[in-house]
Amino acid sequence: MTVPKRIGKIRFGLISPQEFRKMSVVKIITADTYDDDGFPIEMGLMDPRLGVIDPGLRCRSCGGRPGECPGHFGHIDLIAPVIHVGFAKLIRKLLRAICRDCSKLMLLEKDKKMYLEQIKTLERLGQPTDDLVNKVFSEARKNKTCPHCGAPQKEIKFERPLSYIEDGHKLTPSDIRDRFEKIPDDDIAVMGMNPDTARPEWMILTVLPVPPVTMRPSITLESGQRSEDDLTHKLVDIIRINQRFQENREAGAPQLIIEDLWELLQYHVTTFLDNTVSGVPPARHRSGRPLKTLSQRLKGKEGRFRGSLSGKRVNFSARTVISPDPNLSINEVGVPMDIAMELSVPMVASARNKEVVKTFVARGPDRHPGVNYVTRADGRRVKVTDKNAEEVAGQIDIGWRIDRQLADGDIVLFNRQPSLHRMSIMAHRVKVMPYKTFRLNPSVCPPYNADFDGDEMNLHVPQTEEARAEAEILMRVQENILSPRFGGPIIGGIHDYVTGSFLLTHGEKPIYHKDMMEIVKKLQPSELPEPRGYLDEKPYWTGKQVFSMILPRGLNLNFKADFCYNCDVCRGAECEHDAYVIIEDGELVRGTIDAEAVGAFKGKITDRIIKQFSPSVASEFLDRMTLLALRGIMYAGFSFGIDDEDIPREAAEQIAETTRAAREKVQQLIAAYNAGELEPLPGRTLDETLEMRIMQTLGKARDSTGKIAGRYLGLDNSGVVMAVSGARGSMLNLTQMAACVGQQSVRGERIKRGYAGRTLPHFRRGDLGAEAHGFVESSYKHGLTPTEFFFHAIGGREGLVDTAIRTSQSGYLQRRLVNALQDLEVKYDGTVKETRGMIVQFQYGEDGVDASRRDYASVDNVKRIIKNVLAKEEQI
Amino acid sequence: MSKFAVKDHDLVPEHALLTPEEAEEVLKGYGIEAPQLPKIHVNDPAAKEIGAKVGDIVRILRRSPTAKQSVFYRLVID
Repeated sequence: MTVPKRIGKIRFGLISPQEFRKMSVVKIITADTYDDDGFPIEMGLMDPRLGVIDPGLRCRSCGGRPGECPGHFGHIDLIAPVIHVGFAKLIRKLLRAICRDCSKLMLLEKDKKMYLEQIKTLERLGQPTDDLVNKVFSEARKNKTCPHCGAPQKEIKFERPLSYIEDGHKLTPSDIRDRFEKIPDDDIAVMGMNPDTARPEWMILTVLPVPPVTMRPSITLESGQRSEDDLTHKLVDIIRINQRFQENREAGAPQLIIEDLWELLQYHVTTFLDNTVSGVPPARHRSGRPLKTLSQRLKGKEGRFRGSLSGKRVNFSARTVISPDPNLSINEVGVPMDIAMELSVPMVASARNKEVVKTFVARGPDRHPGVNYVTRADGRRVKVTDKNAEEVAGQIDIGWRIDRQLADGDIVLFNRQPSLHRMSIMAHRVKVMPYKTFRLNPSVCPPYNADFDGDEMNLHVPQTEEARAEAEILMRVQENILSPRFGGPIIGGIHDYVTGSFLLTHGEKPIYHKDMMEIVKKLQPSELPEPRGYLDEKPYWTGKQVFSMILPRGLNLNFKADFCYNCDVCRGAECEHDAYVIIEDGELVRGTIDAEAVGAFKGKITDRIIKQFSPSVASEFLDRMTLLALRGIMYAGFSFGIDDEDIPREAAEQIAETTRAAREKVQQLIAAYNAGELEPLPGRTLDETLEMRIMQTLGKARDSTGKIAGRYLGLDNSGVVMAVSGARGSMLNLTQMAACVGQQSVRGERIKRGYAGRTLPHFRRGDLGAEAHGFVESSYKHGLTPTEFFFHAIGGREGLVDTAIRTSQSGYLQRRLVNALQDLEVKYDGTVKETRGMIVQFQYGEDGVDASRRDYASVDNVKRIIKNVLAKEEQI
Repeated sequence: MSKFAVKDHDLVPEHALLTPEEAEEVLKGYGIEAPQLPKIHVNDPAAKEIGAKVGDIVRILRRSPTAKQSVFYRLVID
């Protein structure tokens, strides 16, 4: 066993040839890998001392089995030095900075001393030295003769990728290495390097390390043929050329051939290190595919760092498109059968469950709650197939582990990116379903910020009992109904659920027996409440009674509904709009259920139920609410179309009159301005005052057209119902559709840009009127004039750009905040500490309160407690 | 120019020097060592005004929007 070690410090430097040789376990001299019998050849690329990959063998260097042995490096002695591509640029800088004769850094001694001191200061302060070092290089390069030995310097031309040409002659790597070897240690320090750990000559390779076989395993194909790793292929090339080079040199081949071979060796070493160097044709596989060499393994999104270390693939997970299913509980997730048969949960056979386990195994992998794999007591894994299922089931014994397919009731984690808050990952219970999508109750869309326009979500299956327990207790959807952000319910009705509740509970419309049965069918009630009354001897109920069926007994609540008109004098229970909700002992006595009562982010009823009863009761309420609200909207019938924006002729005339009046008012203001009669507002110039007054006038005009339209659009209009109940849209949206779109703006001002003195050639220069500066008098229903359309496009584009910028900016802001705060922890004594134990807050949030566990410090609580106590006393 | 007392400013919370016994009690109460406390510099105007020395612990009483008043401690450092 390897002992875990603590990393004290990390130092970066260059590795020396001596170091390469020291860590090498074998010198590689043959390019062959395996002999005819399939055994690795000694001193070949698959030498057994380099580590083991074949199961059953032991490493010749450390004695470890495959998996235990980390692998060991070998080395190749290069016949001639070659340049390491990664340092090509630095080598160029060095060559230009040092004397071609004496190899000293071409600066005066006093300058060297000065720079060295500056570098040391920067290093002590922990600041980057790059700029200063670059200055050293550029200063040294300026000398035409060496200040030390007086040798004249020649221009060194760098030719991509790897040639250094001095005075028309190409410098060989040997020449460069000779020069670098002579650089004094002191000069190296001035160039920002540490001579102990990074001698410049080490940038020219004389020894090439051979990575262990564990890093380049060969694969045995089905045909029995061995297929070698890309790195092995490259190493074979290097060794072959190295050998040919040596033979030729020993045979005294002509200089031209030697140079060619040297070039070739350089090419192979270069592509071994990096196969994407510009100017070097990438080395290719026989099939024409470029080889994946060392730097390709590290670089980029799929590389070792971003792909393997900071991001990893996960087992026991699934991803697919989501779609809604209101018949599911908020705690459930519908999982497609195909996925359920692929994912598994481990089960260990014991004396108690042996028979159950056997029935699972006997079903095999193709009949749903079956088994994919069985792990025997000795750790051997067996794949269960249709054929061996019965046989394996018979063998099952205590201690065997089976991988049971995902089935109804299993706990899984469900996630949607971006995972911005903790409610982005919640635990659901599995419900295996047909078809190919994950199904979820639409009430849980808000915490995930999900919709069904093609969103995909991920699912993870916890594999241990502890993980499942933790997920169930802490991460279940019902435990996350209350958001820690604002302490209110983040899960609740959206869109049609709010509309449905509204339509069902608004007013006292009678519902007869047959319809009543339709509406409450899904709730599966055992009995109906007492009828509210009789009409023509037929019993009838009201929507309020129906809704009361899903409220828990003992719930008492009073609040103003979302569509409360905020009258000057609130008549409370006597509200003429039915907007004051009164719930007594789980009975909806008065008021209409809308977004304020059951909606996401608001949900007064949900909130109260969680705090007074429990999350389970709340989740049950939400489940039944979704079912009931859908029945409610189906019973009422609901649609919205273009003719819902129709307004009567007299309303249209009134609106036209209002906008005409507004335009006139603007003209008057302009006239007053031109006459110099306009009084400037405090702190404003005359121009600003005029602009503000015009904006004000036009804003008012839009609002009053909205009011006119609103008078003719009542609660019988679908759009109004949606806006008023808080389901979707606002009255402003309706105003824009039916009455008047209003002023378009850029940066909060009327549109002023365009041509000299005017926005468009349709207007006179200096026209300050409403229509010349982006007032859209038409409604969307009526359609916009060409100029209006253009102004609208300007305003619309600004909106789009704003949202695009805002999302990216706030995303980055959030990321930085999370990175800074993620390690803080609230300890049991209420203090907030970071990992070192340093105190950040003495009481969390200064008051030590968890927003999602508090019950608002309001007077209502005291009143309610008194009421409850009195009620209990009365019972006694 | 007349000398301005920092502690009189509305936005400067009340700083008070703890006696060694009080300091001991605070540290014991939280079960921590003095260096784990948040810090305040000796040259901080508020610290100078109450004559804090390096190693002292300062109690700061702040108005808090959540808890009306919150107590905070800082170790005086150099």
